[in-house]
Amino acid sequence: MAELKLPVSEEEIRKLKVGDFVELTGRMITGRDTAHHWLMQDVREDVMPFMKDTVIYHCGPVIAKNDDGSYDFVAAGPTTSIREEPYQADVIGRYGLRGVIGKGGMAGRTLAGLAEHGAVYLHAIGGAAQVLARAIPKVERVFMLDEFGVPEAMWVIEVEKFPVVVTMDSHGGSLHDEVEGASKKQLDELLK
Amino acid sequence: MPAYGDLVETFVELIRRASTQLPDDVVHALEQGKAKETETGLADKALGTILENVELASSTSAPICQDTGTPVVWIHHPVGVSTRALGAQFREAVHKATERRFLRPNAVDTLTGRNTGNGAGRGIPFLHFEEWDEPRVEVRMILKGGGSENVGTQYKLPEPRLKAGRDLEGVRRAVLDAVFEAQGKGCAPGVLGVCVGGDRVSAFEMSKRQLLRPIVDTNEIPELAELEERLLREGNQLGVGPMGFGGKTTLLAVKIGVLDRLPACYFVTVTYMCWADRKAVVSIDEGGEVTWLN
Repeated sequence: MAELKLPVSEEEIRKLKVGDFVELTGRMITGRDTAHHWLMQDVREDVMPFMKDTVIYHCGPVIAKNDDGSYDFVAAGPTTSIREEPYQADVIGRYGLRGVIGKGGMAGRTLAGLAEHGAVYLHAIGGAAQVLARAIPKVERVFMLDEFGVPEAMWVIEVEKFPVVVTMDSHGGSLHDEVEGASKKQLDELLK
Repeated sequence: MPAYGDLVETFVELIRRASTQLPDDVVHALEQGKAKETETGLADKALGTILENVELASSTSAPICQDTGTPVVWIHHPVGVSTRALGAQFREAVHKATERRFLRPNAVDTLTGRNTGNGAGRGIPFLHFEEWDEPRVEVRMILKGGGSENVGTQYKLPEPRLKAGRDLEGVRRAVLDAVFEAQGKGCAPGVLGVCVGGDRVSAFEMSKRQLLRPIVDTNEIPELAELEERLLREGNQLGVGPMGFGGKTTLLAVKIGVLDRLPACYFVTVTYMCWADRKAVVSIDEGGEVTWLN
């Protein structure tokens, strides 16, 4: 399994292909429904440095607050990504993201955005909240916690060997398109 | 009134069990699925991670999935027990389970967008009460995740696009379409709870109630038993696979309930439950004795 350090260059990202297993180490940020809407309403200068050349993780974690005021991720699997389809390509372009982590895959607009900006879609195992929380040793800071609540806030996290699979690459490849196409053929056969 | 006492802590334990321990029948079905997949492939890898995660959650008493879902609860109670008291105790248990992080604060005010912070909200948890003749309270609960809830759907037959008429062949066509449309987005391999008939209120409840059944059982209505078996087989032939990566394990089970209908209506209602098919059942007798039933 290849290890990928974050932040990462466009050149490194463009080497990745559908089906590659990758382990991520470094800094990333979480963001889901409310965050994507908010990120496109304006240019959010304060979070920009935490997004450039790294990846956004579609995740609404369970959090523990420690006595010293720091936080831990108690459970942290991916949420369904397709809800961010209207925003994702623009968020990637505006904030300089190199990738998106989620589950379930995304559609044509995002796939085109990945090719244009040099980014990938990385699939984490849905529901594997404990395995993935173990790969998140540190929570660095959080944006919009009071406004968005725990699941929707943008958490800046350090990850170590965070396991993902490339299911959409920066060359137009999508495992989701392949599987959907093959299953459609099967469906048509069964509904003859 | 019988002395059931304060059941708050029992309900917290019910929630803890459901959130952190995947029932044996579900684990077994996941293991069987893994055995069918090609070693070293993406499907095998996904199921391997899922099983590792289940083990880890159970051993550390932490949520299997960060989306701890909506508690959907069926409470059977004897004559004379206050359902208002039971409901209030259950809501308090949701607050406590959220504080103790067995649940994520999972209720959002739809109008303001603010999270209520304590896990409860308008309509959350969802509680059903039914009086029965037995001298004990039985509480059955599923934790229903949101990602899989989004791929649940309802068809009204006839549906020309699918050539689905008002018979069980039409039901079959609708359910297969639902599995195709879901792809991996509901965290496949999933368990389908289906209701044939009913109206738009009763049918979704009935489809969810099917999820309380064991993964392996036989529907008491022979034609539905046959349809369940066929849909499980054909759903898996679609090749969507774990997480939608492609593979042989798309569904773990299909469970179908039936309600009568209005002459004008023929609904096929599909609830999709993710692989984290979380359910727990507890019985409390008149003396307050607690028995865990799964």
